[in-house]
Amino acid sequence: MFGLAANPHGHGHNYVLEVSVEGQPDPVTGMVLDLKELKDLLRREVVEPYDHRFLNYEVAPFDRIIPTAENIAQDIWRRLEPHLSTPGRKLRVVRLYETPDLYVDYLGEQTCSV
Amino acid sequence: MFRVTRRYQFAASHRLHSDALSEAENWRVYGKCNNPYGHGHNYVLHVSACGPVGDSGMVVNPNLLDCLVKQEVLQPFDHSNLNCDVQSFQGVTPTSENLAIEICRRLKQNWRLAFAGEWPRLEKVRIEETPRNIFEIRADEIE
Repeated sequence: MFGLAANPHGHGHNYVLEVSVEGQPDPVTGMVLDLKELKDLLRREVVEPYDHRFLNYEVAPFDRIIPTAENIAQDIWRRLEPHLSTPGRKLRVVRLYETPDLYVDYLGEQTCSV
Repeated sequence: MFRVTRRYQFAASHRLHSDALSEAENWRVYGKCNNPYGHGHNYVLHVSACGPVGDSGMVVNPNLLDCLVKQEVLQPFDHSNLNCDVQSFQGVTPTSENLAIEICRRLKQNWRLAFAGEWPRLEKVRIEETPRNIFEIRADEIE
């Protein structure tokens, strides 16, 4: 099933994360979202717990579930969504690049067009 | 719901020319792309499938997708002349719009050979002719 990715000693990726938030600009600030706040949130909720970690051993819930790109994207959504979705704003997509040739979009409850 | 996208590359040549247009009209519409000797691109192809995660924690087994894309797209198209070597471009101009339609049609028609269950489903195909010219088609837009 997993091929080389099943090596007992693990393997690594330089993951790239894109987060898309949708909403109307605030009438005062002209911004949908303060990007500084987003940057701080991503550092606190994603980079600090994940960066340079052995996901299976060091980052919950990957002691229980397989750290596929799909499951990581869903966990990142779970961490971010309460902070990003407000009455006028919604988290739309968490995109995680495992490599430039393989990336996953987690869309929450949204369905695809097919 | 998840969308998983895999990226591939292939090189091919084409000539943009319509038999329905005169020589002057072809030049006006297609410009340099109408060069009788053709020209080439390093196409970048993104194939997106969607669905829920299975027991494996994956939406798509990338190896199965790679086999399908290799068989249906990369082997027939890589280092080909699209006008001369691809049956479906006999009488159809191999613009990147038509190339995206053809690739999507091939993958959709043969999808069940690689993925027998309800999920994953082919969602869309994206062709980057150059980093600036990009074409997308959804699988539900074609037969």
